[in-house]
Amino acid sequence: MLVSPYAFLAQLLQFLVALAAAPLLTGWINQWRAWLQNKTAPSLLQPYYVLHKLFQKEAVAAESASMLFRATPYIVFGCMASACGIVPALSTDLPLAPVADAIALVGLFALARVFISLAAMDVGTAFGTLGARREMLIGFLAEPALLMALFSASLITNSTSLTAIVNKMAHSQFQLYPSMAFAGVAFTIVSLAENARVPVDNPATHLELTMVHEALILEYSARHLALLEWASSLKLFAYSCIGLALFFPYGVAQADAPQAMLISLPALLLKLAVGGFALALIETVSAKLRIFRVPEFLAVAFVLAVIGLLVHGLLGA
Amino acid sequence: MDRMLDLDTILTVITIWVGIGVIALVAPRHTRYIAQGLFPFSAVLSLALGGLALHSLFVPPQAVVLPLGLPRLPFLPGLQFHLRIDSLSAFFLAVIGATSAGTSIFSAGYLRKGEGTPPGLQCLQYHLFLAAMAVVVLADDAYSFLVAWETMALSSYFLVIANHRVASIRSAGYLYLLLAHIGAVAILLCFGVLQANTGDFTFANLRTQQLTPFWASIAFVLAVIGFGAKAGIVPLHVWLPEAHPAAPSPVSALMSGIMLKTAVYGLLRIAFDLLHIQIWWWGALLLGLGLLTAMFGVVFTTVQTDMKRLLAFSSIENLGLIFVSTGLALMFRTYAMPALAALALTATLFHVAAHALFKSLLFLATGSVLHATGERNLGKLGGLIRTMPWVAWLSLIGALAASGLPPLAGFVSEWLLLQTFLFTTHLPTSFLNMLVPVVAAAVVLVAALSAYAMVKFFGVIFLGQPREEKLRHSYDASLLERVGLAWLAAGSIALGLFPVQAIDGIDRVTRLLVGFGLGPTVHASGWLLLAPTSIQRASYSPVIFLLVVAAATAFTAATARILYQGRLRRAAAWDCGYPFQTARMQDTSEGFGQPIRQIFEPFFRMRRELPSPLDARPRYRVVIEDHFWHWIYRPVQALVERVARLAGRVQQGRISIYLLYSFVTLVVMLLLMGR
Repeated sequence: MLVSPYAFLAQLLQFLVALAAAPLLTGWINQWRAWLQNKTAPSLLQPYYVLHKLFQKEAVAAESASMLFRATPYIVFGCMASACGIVPALSTDLPLAPVADAIALVGLFALARVFISLAAMDVGTAFGTLGARREMLIGFLAEPALLMALFSASLITNSTSLTAIVNKMAHSQFQLYPSMAFAGVAFTIVSLAENARVPVDNPATHLELTMVHEALILEYSARHLALLEWASSLKLFAYSCIGLALFFPYGVAQADAPQAMLISLPALLLKLAVGGFALALIETVSAKLRIFRVPEFLAVAFVLAVIGLLVHGLLGA
Repeated sequence: MDRMLDLDTILTVITIWVGIGVIALVAPRHTRYIAQGLFPFSAVLSLALGGLALHSLFVPPQAVVLPLGLPRLPFLPGLQFHLRIDSLSAFFLAVIGATSAGTSIFSAGYLRKGEGTPPGLQCLQYHLFLAAMAVVVLADDAYSFLVAWETMALSSYFLVIANHRVASIRSAGYLYLLLAHIGAVAILLCFGVLQANTGDFTFANLRTQQLTPFWASIAFVLAVIGFGAKAGIVPLHVWLPEAHPAAPSPVSALMSGIMLKTAVYGLLRIAFDLLHIQIWWWGALLLGLGLLTAMFGVVFTTVQTDMKRLLAFSSIENLGLIFVSTGLALMFRTYAMPALAALALTATLFHVAAHALFKSLLFLATGSVLHATGERNLGKLGGLIRTMPWVAWLSLIGALAASGLPPLAGFVSEWLLLQTFLFTTHLPTSFLNMLVPVVAAAVVLVAALSAYAMVKFFGVIFLGQPREEKLRHSYDASLLERVGLAWLAAGSIALGLFPVQAIDGIDRVTRLLVGFGLGPTVHASGWLLLAPTSIQRASYSPVIFLLVVAAATAFTAATARILYQGRLRRAAAWDCGYPFQTARMQDTSEGFGQPIRQIFEPFFRMRRELPSPLDARPRYRVVIEDHFWHWIYRPVQALVERVARLAGRVQQGRISIYLLYSFVTLVVMLLLMGR
C-alpha cells in the first residue's frame, strides 16, 4: 500500500478534528436542547471544562475492581478514536479506510460495548450489572438494525467499504432510493439508542431505574470517567459521520483533489451543526420510553431496515 | 521423497495414539503416570498430526488399502479399509490435530483421582476417540467410515458416562447413545442408497454412480438426518445440552470442538463430493434448518444457568451457522456460481476451525472452574478473575472470539458469511432472492445475541463479587492446564489475525469441492488485507485493525499518565452511595437472561412460580423447557412405552403359558405348511 502524503495528512487531520470536535458537538447539542426547553444554556465549551476538571482529580476505584475495570476506559476510548479515523468524514482518501469496512466498524462498536458492559459487571454492584444487562439488550437489537441500514447502502453501491459508498453516492446522478428512506429512519432510531439519547436513555438524569449509560459508568471517576465521557462524545461523532456518509455524502474530499479538504472541513462542521440541532429537536419533542418498550422501538428499526433491503430487491434500486 | 510418506506417517501417529491408550492400562489407577507421562506425549503427536495434515493439504491425494476388515465371504465382497487423504480430509485432520493438542496438554493437568472411571481406562477411551475421529475423515469407503463412526460414538459414550455413579449422567449418556444411533442408521441407509445396488462401497465407486434426482434426494435427506443428529441440528439437538455437562471437561471440549465437525465433514463429503448432482432445494433445506438451529440455540444459550449447558447451546447455535453457510454454498453450486459457492464454503470451513478452537478453550476453562470451585451453576459463581486470573483472561479471549468480535477468529467467518449474503443478488428464483436479506438479518441477530450470551457467561463467572463464601478459596489452574488454554487462545487469535494465510489452505478444499478458490484474489491485495473480490468491494485487515486500536489505547493510557498523575485510590464501591451491598444484589444468571426470556417468550415452554407479596417465605421458581421435548420426544416416548406395555402382556412369566405359545405357533405353522 502506497500512502500519498495528502492521504496521510487527511488521516491525521481527521483524527485531530474528531478528538477536538466531538466534545464540541456534545456541547452544541446540550446548548440547543437547553434553548429549546427554555432554559439558560451552558457554554458551548462546557464539555471541555468538565473533561479538564475530571482529568485533574484523583481516581478512585472500588476495592474489588480488577485490571479489566482499569483497562476498559482506555480500550473503549481507543476503539472510538479508531472508529472516528475509519469513517470517511473529511476525505475518502484515508490510509486506514481499507482496514475496516462497514461490518468491521460495527464489530468495533460491539467490541467497545462488550468491554464496557464487562467492566460494569466487574465491581459487582446492583446498578453495574443492571446497566450491563440493559446495554447488551439495546446492543443486540441495535447492532443488526445498524448493519441492515448499512447493507441497504451496500446493495446500491455494491460495496461494504464506507469510502466506496461515499464515492459512489456523492458522484452518481442524484437519485432517490426508496430503500435508503427506510434505512434512514432505522439509522436514526439506532443512533438514538446507541448514543443513550432521550427516547431510550436520558444523559441528563441520574434516575437509577431508567438509566443505562449512567449505570454502566457509575463506578468510574476522574480520568477514567473523563475518558469514558469523551469516548461517548466520540461515538456520537462517529455515528453522525456514518449518517452523513450514508445520507449526505456531499462535500467530502476525494483522492484526486486533496485541496478539497479546505472545503470539506467547513462542510463537515456545518453538516454536524445541522445534525446536532436535529438531534436536540428530536430529544426535546419525544418522551423517555419505559425500558421494556425499548426492544419494541428497536425492533421497529430492525424491521424497517429489513423492509428497506426487501424494497431494494423488489424495485432493483 | 516418497509421495506416500504423509499418509503412512499419519497412520503411524494414529496407531501410536491407540498404543498410548493401551499402555495406560498397565497401571490404570496411577493418575500421575497417566496424566503427566502419557498425555503430554499424546499432545506432541497431535501437533505432528496437525503439521502432517497441513502439508497434505497442498499435495495431491494419497490412498492406501489396509488389509483389515472382513474376510471374503460367499455372498459378500471382501471388505477392506480404504483410506485416502485429500484436501478436505487434510483440512479436518489439521483441525483435529490443532484442537486435540490443546485438550491433551490440558488433560495432563486436569485428570484427578476418584472421578469416576479409572484414569487408565479414560485414557484408552480418550485416545480411541481421537483415533476414531481421525479415521472418520480419512475413510475412503462406507465400511471403514461407519466402523470409525461407531467407534467414535461408543468411545465418546463411555467418556461421557465416566462418572457413571450419578444417575443423571447415565441417562444423559443413554440419550446421547440413542440419538447417535438414530443418526448412524440414517447414514448407513444413505450409503446403501449411494452404492446403487453395485455392492461396492468404496467412495471411488459411489462417486461414479449416476443416481436419479429422486434417489439422490433420498440420499441427501438421509445424510442430513444422520449428520444432523451428530451436529445437533434442531430437532435432533436434545442430546447436546445433556451430554456436555455430564462429560468431563476435556471430553466436552473434544466433542464440541471436533466431533460435531466430523458431521460437517460427512455432509460436505456426501453433498459435494459423492453426489454427482445437486438440486436447488437441498441448499434451501440446509439454510432453513441451519437458521432455525442457530436462532433456537442462541436464544436458549442466553437463558441457561449451568455453564456447560450454556456452552452446549452455543455449540448448537454455531453448528446452525455452519449449516447456513453450507446451504448457501450448495445453492450457489446448483446455480453454477462457483465464486460465490467458494466464498460461502470458505465461511463454513473458517468457522469450523474457529469454533473448534474457541469452544474447546471455553469448555476447558469451565473444567478448571469446576475443579477450583466444585460448581457448575452460574448462580453460585462470580468474581473468579481475582482468584483465577489465568483462566479468566484466557477465557475472555475465547468469549470475545465466540461473540464474533474483531480482531478474533469468530469475526472473520461472520464477516465472510455476511459478504456472501451481500454478493447474492442474482439468483434465478426471485423467491430465494427475497429470502436472502431476511436470512442475513436473522444471521446478524444471532451473532449479536451470541455476544449477549458470552457477556453473561464471562461476566457472571469471572466478574463481580463471589456469590458464595467458598469461592474466595478457589485457586488458579495448574501449569499444564494453562498451557492447554493458552495454546487454544493463541490459535483463536492467530486465526483471527491471519485469515489470508488460513484461506490459502481452505482454497485447496474449495477447489476440490466447488472448483473455485479464493486464494488468488485474496493474495492480490497483499497478505495483510483480506479482500475476497476487490478492495473496492470489501476489505478487512485484522492485523492493522488490532494495531490501530492497540496504538490508540496505549497512546491514550500513556498520555493520561504523563499529563495527569496516575494515582489510584481504592475505596468501597460507590453504587449510588448505598452502603449495604452484598453479593446477592448482583444480577444472577437468571436475571441477566430475563430480558431475552421476555422478548423471545414463544421460544420457551416456561413454568413460573411467582411469590405473592404476603408470603412469609417467598419462593421464586422458573423452569424452562424446550418445545421439542414436549411436542416430539415426550409423545414418542409415551408411544414406545405404550407399545412396550402391550407387548409386555404376552410375558406372563409362567412356563406353562410360554409352552402354550410354542404349541400355538407350531400348530399355525403346520396349518400353513400343510396346505
